[in-house]
Amino acid sequence: MNINIIIQQVINFLQLGSIYALCALSFTMVYGVARLVNFAHGSIFGVSMYVLFFASTFLFERIKSPWFVYVIVLIIASVVTSLIALLLESAAYKPLKNAPKIAVVVSSVGAGMAIQYLILNLAGSKALRMPALIPNLRIELAGIPVPLYKIMVIVIAILTMVILNVIIKGTRLGVAMRAVSQDRIAAGFMGIDTGRVVSASFVFGAVIASVAASLYGTAYSIFAYDVGEGIIWWSFIAAVLGGIGSISGAVLGGYIIGAISIIAPILLPVSSYKDIVAFAVLIIVLLVKPTGLMGKKDIEKI
Amino acid sequence: MKGRVFQFNMRNMIFTGLSILILIALVACGGAAAVTEPTGAEPGAEGEAAQAAGEFEEYIYFGLNHELTGAFPIIGESSKQGVDMAVNEINANGGIVVDGKAYGLAYKALDNGFNTDQSAVNAQEFADDEQIVAMIGPNDSDMCMATQAIVTEEEMVAITPWSTLVVLTDSPWYFRACFDDSFQGEILAKYAYEYEDAKTAAILYDMSNPYNEGIASRFNEVYTQLGGTVVEYLSYNGKTGETDFTSQMTKIAAAQPDILLLPNFYEEIIAQTTQARDMGYTGKFMGSDTWGDSSLLEWDTENLLEGALWVGHYHKDVASDAALEFIANYHEIYGTEKDPNDIVALNYDAVYLLKTAIENAGSFERSAIRDGMLAIDQFVGVTGTMTFNKGNGTPTKSAVINQISDGQFKYLDTIVP
Repeated sequence: MNINIIIQQVINFLQLGSIYALCALSFTMVYGVARLVNFAHGSIFGVSMYVLFFASTFLFERIKSPWFVYVIVLIIASVVTSLIALLLESAAYKPLKNAPKIAVVVSSVGAGMAIQYLILNLAGSKALRMPALIPNLRIELAGIPVPLYKIMVIVIAILTMVILNVIIKGTRLGVAMRAVSQDRIAAGFMGIDTGRVVSASFVFGAVIASVAASLYGTAYSIFAYDVGEGIIWWSFIAAVLGGIGSISGAVLGGYIIGAISIIAPILLPVSSYKDIVAFAVLIIVLLVKPTGLMGKKDIEKI
Repeated sequence: MKGRVFQFNMRNMIFTGLSILILIALVACGGAAAVTEPTGAEPGAEGEAAQAAGEFEEYIYFGLNHELTGAFPIIGESSKQGVDMAVNEINANGGIVVDGKAYGLAYKALDNGFNTDQSAVNAQEFADDEQIVAMIGPNDSDMCMATQAIVTEEEMVAITPWSTLVVLTDSPWYFRACFDDSFQGEILAKYAYEYEDAKTAAILYDMSNPYNEGIASRFNEVYTQLGGTVVEYLSYNGKTGETDFTSQMTKIAAAQPDILLLPNFYEEIIAQTTQARDMGYTGKFMGSDTWGDSSLLEWDTENLLEGALWVGHYHKDVASDAALEFIANYHEIYGTEKDPNDIVALNYDAVYLLKTAIENAGSFERSAIRDGMLAIDQFVGVTGTMTFNKGNGTPTKSAVINQISDGQFKYLDTIVP
């Protein structure tokens, strides 16, 4: 294998890993703060794809600058999905505050399917192609022409993670989130409005999902109403692998799943065995460390 | 945390999570399987023609088992369009005459949600319903296979419009309106090697569907026999919603074969061809009959598919008069300028095959219909002329090689077996 192929495969890995990492991150946000496995999250991702599609199709007819359009549609998608996430929280989760956890999980499954089938009914079953949100250019990297979008996917994903890290570590809201995550009752005693912090985690999850959707749409272009289904699978697995609720764990899990998806088809005689490898790794990690790679023991109890 | 009633530990939580995912899968499948009321050519249900001529005292019912929801809902939609057109037309032209009496044709539709279990449940429901004389559909090979044992056991004729899976017609009760994968893989291999002069090829296929697998393996076999070299034979699992093929495409680009065969669903083709080009592959793309949907052309904004070849069932440039009329009717009925895809045309033919079988048999008893099917020696459909002279349910019919050029599916060649 020559060096060019290795460089290409490393970029492939970083691209896929970044998308999985962002998806896992957005999935893990709500769990980390609210202790809720939010299976409706895949549908939030799906809504985001459709908002990005319709908004960018509309804007590209009027504005030619792709970067400007990208920023605008990302803001629109973030706002719309945040509103839906908040609505979801108040309609499907808050009323079940005192119900068994399993009821809330089932409620999230139901809410997710309701949204998905609403998309199906409103937008139809036909698959769509996302307009090119990132200009279709090629840049030279160590003598290899690499599409610009591949680089931008990696850059934007890492940038998002850095910004999130700054917010979590450096702002009052971030401190409150970490406090609620550690002990919700004690955080409440300290004067933190835990309800608002939980709502904030839903908004964070929705915004990160929108960024992830914009990158996913750019990289893989064709999608249909059930786009969130596959994503929720892999982000759930990545999040659990890294330690659900742990932010660095979600990122690590995302990149591990990305690495398996790229490396396994190269090494294995049958390229489709990669899914089996991914699940085998998940099971082995859970057997050795049931909390996931970065999961902490004292956080896990609910 | 202390003071909580519900104390789960992490491991339980994960198991709960995984069981919930399984639950999602189950509910998603079950949820897709809504029972449809008898539709179509019921008097007053659809189409003025059916209503005007709908003076029939009795109707002959068949079951339509189709993929209305699920991963590829376009299949079910197209299927219904083709069936509706044929049924309405038959009723407008006097229905089906059996023993001197004219019967109307009607159908009961059940959605299988692109789910094998539901396909089987639907087939059983049709088999248990005494009114149903035969089943049309499913279209997808996986779905058909799930119903094969049931229709064989219950001795009811099933006609699949679109499934090209070879082993399907091992059952004496299964018929199809199309050629099979063995023929399709063979045609592609021969065409690539002999006409395109391609000496090396690579294949990337979805191993979770016997359709894709069947064409890929037959191509591999025939192409190698002819003297070509398959440099990469790669697969992926479409059931996991796979969209990233970059790892495989990098390998393929490194080998630079003359031909890259992608016998996969058209919704996956743009991602696959884009990634192949991004990784530096410069050769030609080839595809199977699933490519025949014009969405592929709409999506191909960067003209990556220019020059690509795919094997299809019919093309309007070489269509018979009947086929041209069918295409014109389609435009009128559905108010579109798009030409009907292969699925519409094959479903339309499947209904007429059933009609011909009933007329041949002079009866609509289930077992008589099978004899009627086997007695068809030359059926002229919109997708070509079929004969069932192999003694099984797969017709001998010609295939069309299409080429994508200037954003259109252009007719290139006809291959007669």
